[in-house]
Amino acid sequence: MKIERALPLLTVTLAIIIAWYLACVPMNAVLTTNKIVTAGGGWWNTLAFSWNEIRPVLPSPHQVVREIWNTVFAVEPWSNKSLLFHLWVTLSSTLVGFVMGGLLGILLAIGIVHVGSLEKSLMPWVIASQTIPILAIAPMLIVVLGKTGLPDIFTKATISAYLCFFPVTIGMVKGLRSPDVMQQDLMRTYNASASQTLWKLRLPASLPFLFASLKVSVAIALTGAIVAELPTGAVAGIGARLLNGSYYGQTLQIWAALFVAAFAAATLVWLLGGLERSSLKRMGAHS
Amino acid sequence: MTRAIAIFMAAIVCASLVALSFSGANPPTGQDWALSLAFVITSWMAAWSFSWIADLTLPENLSQFLVPALFGVGVVAAWQVYVHASHIPVVLLPAPSQIAAKFASALPTLGADFVQTILRAVIPGWLMGCGAGFLTALVCDKYDFLKRGLLPLGNLVAALPIVGVAPILVMWFGFDWPSKAAMVVVMTFFPMLINTLAGLSAAGNMERDLLNSYAANWPTTLLKLRLPAAMPFIFNALKINSTLAMIGAIVAEFFGTPIVGMGFRMSTEVGRQGLDMVWAEIAMAAMTGSFFYGCLALLERKVTFWHPSYRR
Repeated sequence: MKIERALPLLTVTLAIIIAWYLACVPMNAVLTTNKIVTAGGGWWNTLAFSWNEIRPVLPSPHQVVREIWNTVFAVEPWSNKSLLFHLWVTLSSTLVGFVMGGLLGILLAIGIVHVGSLEKSLMPWVIASQTIPILAIAPMLIVVLGKTGLPDIFTKATISAYLCFFPVTIGMVKGLRSPDVMQQDLMRTYNASASQTLWKLRLPASLPFLFASLKVSVAIALTGAIVAELPTGAVAGIGARLLNGSYYGQTLQIWAALFVAAFAAATLVWLLGGLERSSLKRMGAHS
Repeated sequence: MTRAIAIFMAAIVCASLVALSFSGANPPTGQDWALSLAFVITSWMAAWSFSWIADLTLPENLSQFLVPALFGVGVVAAWQVYVHASHIPVVLLPAPSQIAAKFASALPTLGADFVQTILRAVIPGWLMGCGAGFLTALVCDKYDFLKRGLLPLGNLVAALPIVGVAPILVMWFGFDWPSKAAMVVVMTFFPMLINTLAGLSAAGNMERDLLNSYAANWPTTLLKLRLPAAMPFIFNALKINSTLAMIGAIVAEFFGTPIVGMGFRMSTEVGRQGLDMVWAEIAMAAMTGSFFYGCLALLERKVTFWHPSYRR
């Protein structure tokens, strides 16, 4: 990374971390004031107590890092205490939902592009489907779907899929229509059928749009899977860790789960970005 | 035309046949679920071919609004028929008529929830979050160093599962509406920041050069050229945020709440198997969301009348 890009980023990140450490002092004052006075006061005691509370209002960065270390590397990955185990529970339904939603989105887009009346009747409802705060009602849907006797992972994946398909549909409709008139005319002079035009022209042309949509989709799929775990007193998963942490006041547990989820989301997006770069390169795109 | 009518007739016949062959057993058997799937597909075919016929027969200016409306009516009608035909328990899926009846009878409760969640948490939070994001974007625009530092972070945060912050905010701001409003602020801030920054760089070089040659200073360029050019992006963020705001407020209520609010009502009614009330809340949320979206779309049309997508 070039210095003129890295320097501002590092400065801002450093400023955030310093502000975080400083904020720990007033935020944790409720818990620490008495201890500091008994210990004799002074700035050293103030910092020592504010940054090392067991159940802080705002944990300091190094506490969060230590908690992540303890729950990721210091325990066996398949035990109930391991964050990796919970992350896997959430990620598995995220990925199933992502694949379901992605396929549904692509199929809908192909239908919309090829059948005129489908666009008129379906497109407004595809858009309207997103004005329902689905994430907010996800827990209810989980309870209801749970009663139908389907496996747990599938019900959570349904929520992720519902969230996923919309960006993919919108992006793919745009992408499948992106070849210009000249190229379409060329296909017509070759007497290409609709499916040949789709495979040889429209789908390759839509790849950049597909990847842009998929990156958005995978992030909201993870969010969907986490929220879907909130009700029903879920036993495993990142969402269950958050809920447990908030019930028992385990602030460190909440923060650690949040950071691990954030890390997972960033990794998923980064992986898709890598896939995008390599596949577009093979198709001859200039970067 | 004949093809559309043929598909419509065939779909109606198949859907009725499926509807008549439900066993009506409680709990529903595996065969009933297969039939349900068949019913969904056939009735969707019927609604689609029906709107196709409407599309072919109606004049262009009418069909634009009527076709999606007819499709929606078809879906609701199929839902009603399905609930009656399959004898599906109310705890799984109430009929639209039951939901409408509950909506009418529970209006005072729904009103109280609306005030608590929408008026106290969503709207103030949405205004504050969007406002703060917008102002931060302006500051970033003025100081390029800050922009190069904040933009990558903003892009990263936008991809993170921010709803997870809800338990922390509930711990900090208490059970009542301030924590929900704070949640909405956190959720709406970054989309607004990113979109405004993208919008501010949308003005063309030619126009910028023109203002430069007029010796226009930063505020003038901003007001006369770059903010108007950024409006499509800003409205995009406002629309995204209107949905995010509802989600944030309702999800934050799952982590602790006074005994009023849409999220609270939904989670308790699910526990009491009052699914008709849950669906009434969902209907209210959907109507509020669509209303917001519609208002923003109208306003956008007024403000960005010059944009290619609105030109005729």
